Amino acid sequence: MTPWQRRLGPLAGLGLVVLLFAVLRPGQFATSGNLEIMLLQTAVVATAALGMTLVIASGGIDLSVGAQIALATVTLATLLARGWSPAAALLATIAGGAACGCLIGGLVTGLRLPPFIVTLGMWGGLRGLAKGLSGETMVVAPTTWLNDLLTALPPDRRWLLVPSGVWLTLLLAVAVAVLLQATRLGRHILATGSNESTARLCGVSVDRTKLTVYALASALAAVAGILQYAYLTVGDPTTALGMELDIIAAVVIGGASLSGGRGSVAGTLVGAMIMTAVANGCTKLDLPNWVQEIVTGVIIVSAVALDRFRRDDE
Amino acid sequence: MRGVRKSFGATAALAGVDLRVAGGEVLALVGENGAGKSTLMKVLAGVVRPDAGAMLLDGRPYEPRSPRDARAAGVAMIHQELALAPHLTVADNILLGVEPTRAGFIRAAASREAARAALGQLGRADISPDAVVAGLSIADRQVVEIARAVAVGCRVLVLDEPTSSLTSEDVRHLEALVKRLRGQGHAIVFISHVLEEVRSFADRVTVIRDGATVGGGAVGALSNAQIVEWMVGRAVTELYPRSPRTPGAAVLEISGVAGQRLPESASLVLHRGEVLGIAGLVGAGRTELVRAVFGLDPVRRGTVRVAAETGTAAPARRWAQGVGMVSEDRKAEGLALNLSIADNLTLSRLSGLGPAGLVLAGRQAAASQRWIEPLQIKCRDVSQPVAALSGGNQQKVAVARLLHHDVDVLLLDEPTRGIDVGAKARIYALIDELATQGRAILLVSSHVPELLGVCDRVAVMCRGRLGPARLVGEIDEHSLMQEAIGHE
Repeated sequence: MTPWQRRLGPLAGLGLVVLLFAVLRPGQFATSGNLEIMLLQTAVVATAALGMTLVIASGGIDLSVGAQIALATVTLATLLARGWSPAAALLATIAGGAACGCLIGGLVTGLRLPPFIVTLGMWGGLRGLAKGLSGETMVVAPTTWLNDLLTALPPDRRWLLVPSGVWLTLLLAVAVAVLLQATRLGRHILATGSNESTARLCGVSVDRTKLTVYALASALAAVAGILQYAYLTVGDPTTALGMELDIIAAVVIGGASLSGGRGSVAGTLVGAMIMTAVANGCTKLDLPNWVQEIVTGVIIVSAVALDRFRRDDE
Repeated sequence: MRGVRKSFGATAALAGVDLRVAGGEVLALVGENGAGKSTLMKVLAGVVRPDAGAMLLDGRPYEPRSPRDARAAGVAMIHQELALAPHLTVADNILLGVEPTRAGFIRAAASREAARAALGQLGRADISPDAVVAGLSIADRQVVEIARAVAVGCRVLVLDEPTSSLTSEDVRHLEALVKRLRGQGHAIVFISHVLEEVRSFADRVTVIRDGATVGGGAVGALSNAQIVEWMVGRAVTELYPRSPRTPGAAVLEISGVAGQRLPESASLVLHRGEVLGIAGLVGAGRTELVRAVFGLDPVRRGTVRVAAETGTAAPARRWAQGVGMVSEDRKAEGLALNLSIADNLTLSRLSGLGPAGLVLAGRQAAASQRWIEPLQIKCRDVSQPVAALSGGNQQKVAVARLLHHDVDVLLLDEPTRGIDVGAKARIYALIDELATQGRAILLVSSHVPELLGVCDRVAVMCRGRLGPARLVGEIDEHSLMQEAIGHE
């Protein structure tokens, strides 16, 4: 099996899911309107999953990404409410995210703690910080162009095809894919994740690589938080609860290895789309929530199992 | 044991070993690294089954199917890496798997008593059964492991290089303990390659080489020279090409280098156009020296000078200075196994494979492809994961990384360990080519014929100290082995 055929695996899975729902609900699932809705629903998870792809490829994990998204919605809303311009508030929110990432990376490399433990601590700590900043309530902010990022397009802007937030996600996806596949930093990330000792032997600064990865991933989580704010139109300290698991699932369905050294941006996007398509399709079939949860669980496990079987064939 | 044989694939790890040990006797088993000692021990302990030959215990056939079987029959192995649960207490460890219970609950008092009895039998009642193993010294942990064997009534104890991580005082204590066990009628097999210890611990010695018993007898009746001759007596073949070359300027100078634990003191000067070998036993501190020089481990004392630059440096700096290293452990450190050949080969120098921080897949593949033919790396293409290659081809990729980087100084740590003869020959030829081009090569090897065949000069490391480098014409396997085991 060539690498290309392997990359097509998740895509074939997505095709199967779409086909299934399209047949079961003709005229309701596979419409341009529903496609737009699905893209809107995927953008937040997909953007955060781009960062998670880097983290997982480097052999790490980030359990605090849901809390980071919530913190970003609160930060952004608070700054807007205080009269900051949208652009300034946006940049400050991303910078705050990067600072969270530097803290995580610093703890992982400086104290030699496992990323699982560090980000488990952050999972609670950052969520608490978001609640503290917001006074444990929703933060209402004036409407700005940021709110248009993830709303269905009005007729006069149909030429955009999809909302600008979706374009933003796609643009970032291209950038992260190039970073991971075609830059020196990308090779260092994959080498660190595959075998840290080898990376060190070859002169890679493993600590600096990890620090960069966590900073980038958390900056991307902040962008996901900005999209989430656009979707919610408020800053919400309790939003994205448990979303870290959806994000990790998207990365893993996309073919990344939790032991590091392997990760694909295209796969991650497809993984995120599969999750949305299942959720959306189940709703269209009027299936209760619990069925949808079981189906999602089955898909996560079988996607990774299939990938494992194909790999063992080699 | 009579005529025991074991083959793995085409290579015979054991080709007819005879071994006999009686109750109340200590037998030393000696041989070079790779002579087949560890396979023999695995056969004895039931980890692998022999292809041919017979084993008798107390006159009855002994055919263990698992280490558990072996223990039940009364044969226990004490490995170099101790197999204790560090978070549990001494008593928990000694009675692990044979805990006295009542209705499923551990009888704490009884197990403490049994542990105390086993330790008392070893004359080490001073170790508390309630102590947590993690808090004990290495030497005491070893005692606990032996107590575990004694507690279940093992009569045959196999100690695999038990002194390798002990201080000289602990070695004396162990000697007393071994003699005490001998006095109690236990049969003890003592594996070592330190001849002094063989003499002080053992009654008889058996020497194996290339998987077969080549000699043996009562320790008192044998000279060290005789034992060494049995250990190394092997003809050096024409595996090693050697072109005429003259050494040039000094390019790597190490003086008085000490590492975290090892080495204690090492000095050498490596010249361009020279292959300098470092001989010694496993655990002498050779790998630690190379790692310290390359910046992977800290240098506690001494100086390292590369060309005109003096001082310690991280691996990245060493690569930049034109120094490259091949790790002794290709799976754990040398290679990222699930990455491609191209990624592994170019990892130390990705610059030049694209503009401004980019790595273009095409250029990376072309840069890697360059080395496939000359090194005869058998692969589908350079995008194949390294894990899919044979050991010899993996090692060629690890060496090719240094060629891609175009280094002047090559630090090669056991570059031919565990690879087939064809790949070895290719690596020897490559070493010769590189030295002839004026590059400098430091070769660490445990295989003496290889050192004598490939190197211009060889220095011996013994217990953390590096001896003077001598021209290969002035030394032979005997003198090297004697120096390595600390016997002049």
